[in-house]
Amino acid sequence: MKPKTADKIATGVIVTFSLLIVGLLLGLLGFILFRGLSHISWSFLTSVPQTIRAGGGIGPQLFNSLFLLVLTLIITIPLGLGAGIYMAEYAKPGKITGGIRLVVEVLSSFPSIVVGLFGLLLIVNTFGFGFSLFSGALVLTIFNLPLMVRVTEQAFRGVPKEQKEAGLALGLSKWKIITSVLLPVALPSLVTGTVLAAGRVFGEAAALLFTAGMSTPRLDFTDWNPLSPTSPINPFRPAETLAVHIWKINSEGLAPDAAAIAAGASAVLVILVLVFNLVARWLGRIVYRAFTASKVME
Amino acid sequence: MKVKKQSPVLIQKHHLEDWVGRIYTTFCVSLLVIIIVSMIYFVASKGLATFFTNGVHVEDFLFGTKWDPNGENPLFGALPFIVGSFATSLLAALIASPLSICASLFMTEIVPSWGKRILQPVIELLAGIPSVVYGFVGLTVIVPLLRDTFPGQGIGVAAGAIVLSVMILPTITSITTDALSSLPKGLKESSYALGATRWQTISSVIIPTVLPSILTGIVLGMARAFGEALAVQMVIGNAPHIPQSLFQSASTLTSIITLNMGNTVMGSVQSNALWSMALALMVMTFIFVIIVRLLERRHRI
Repeated sequence: MKPKTADKIATGVIVTFSLLIVGLLLGLLGFILFRGLSHISWSFLTSVPQTIRAGGGIGPQLFNSLFLLVLTLIITIPLGLGAGIYMAEYAKPGKITGGIRLVVEVLSSFPSIVVGLFGLLLIVNTFGFGFSLFSGALVLTIFNLPLMVRVTEQAFRGVPKEQKEAGLALGLSKWKIITSVLLPVALPSLVTGTVLAAGRVFGEAAALLFTAGMSTPRLDFTDWNPLSPTSPINPFRPAETLAVHIWKINSEGLAPDAAAIAAGASAVLVILVLVFNLVARWLGRIVYRAFTASKVME
Repeated sequence: MKVKKQSPVLIQKHHLEDWVGRIYTTFCVSLLVIIIVSMIYFVASKGLATFFTNGVHVEDFLFGTKWDPNGENPLFGALPFIVGSFATSLLAALIASPLSICASLFMTEIVPSWGKRILQPVIELLAGIPSVVYGFVGLTVIVPLLRDTFPGQGIGVAAGAIVLSVMILPTITSITTDALSSLPKGLKESSYALGATRWQTISSVIIPTVLPSILTGIVLGMARAFGEALAVQMVIGNAPHIPQSLFQSASTLTSIITLNMGNTVMGSVQSNALWSMALALMVMTFIFVIIVRLLERRHRI
């Protein structure tokens, strides 16, 4: 075969496969939204699920997912920031730093179900937090921490050296430079990274089966006492998230319209993920403008 | 200016600040180490209890083909699940790799200008779609499709591998794309200068140079496929035997843990056997990480 012909064929194959992937995504999104959107209504989003009868909603699950996300972020952000800053600013190249890097790498590649089982053993049983939002948030923290560390480290390393040197020349302490010079500059990429990581929390289910539980108590949305067992904002109650709910109705759903509920819930989940993606970019750009007085993102 | 106020108090504050920062960040980092050490300890102690406390033989567990924990003479052979895990993740990598490599080449070599602008968000969105949604789509689209075209019920290794291949596509693509776009320009240009066509350049210069990175991507993709639980569990059928064909119901380590962990009593042999599977997953993760590390070492040009 002539090299020119081979080149044309190869280019054709590459373009076809690439278009196939684009088509795959469009097909996926189209299918999920087309199947799901017709089931989404206000009552579907707010009402409680039914076990045997048709017509159940996903209200508590949706709330649980959002609440769990907030809890996880409250725990993850300070820890991930701290560890990331250590890696970017304090760690000296050497065996220990290499070891920590390996730990982050291994931690991020652990299967989520193993992390979930560890949570079941340590947090749910040994520490006695039971199946609760708090246990779920702790496990999601383990799950998300490596990502946060990497995002933070990259964001801090991305700050031009001159900024730090200027701070040092002014005689500021290292910590002061980190918090008031480097952090604001790194903030846009931090925000983008955090929101993207948060989006991942949203879809996570395997780790939550064994920690946040597969059931939700009947919630009383007028009860805002965080210690009451039926209060929606009580972090120590069991909670089934949207992703777990989708899994559950697909594997053991008894309601006659289980497929429809799964389709609706999947559509809601995908829309939320899309929103998170957009918000991440948008927030990043806004923060960038606010902190640099510049109009273009680098 | 504040220079005049350079009193000992200010210097102390300065040092104090530094101490707080250092202690805080060190604490955060040590937490990571503590987490991983305790994770290894707890999973290993539970997983090894099957062999040390309950007296199940390691080779019976690894190579036993029969899983019958409730039988009169309980058997804990995990081979069907190990085979299922490897079969699905290998197949998924086989399907996803060519697609991913083509997508990366499209973004970096064919039309870098707008190719990246189209495919990058597509890849990111594919990575962002939750695994349960993939499972749901697999269950409602792929399983019926397979049922209609092939013998069998549609659920099985093939369905699992197809679902997984879409899930690991972003992993392989993004790593390959990164490697391709960090390639020194002179390499390509000298190949073109010798009169090579684009495909000749790609196949005999570019691909061999970035091969370790491509393999890294494939291994990481396989690692993800190996550990994925719910999406696979939904489409694979979960029968506890070694499948005879791709379209027969099977199980993976993750799917069997997902389904059974809730129904066993903590501390029982059956529960411990499931923990042994979790330990096997963990060991596999380590092996994948080691392979990636070795590949990365080779990549240093």
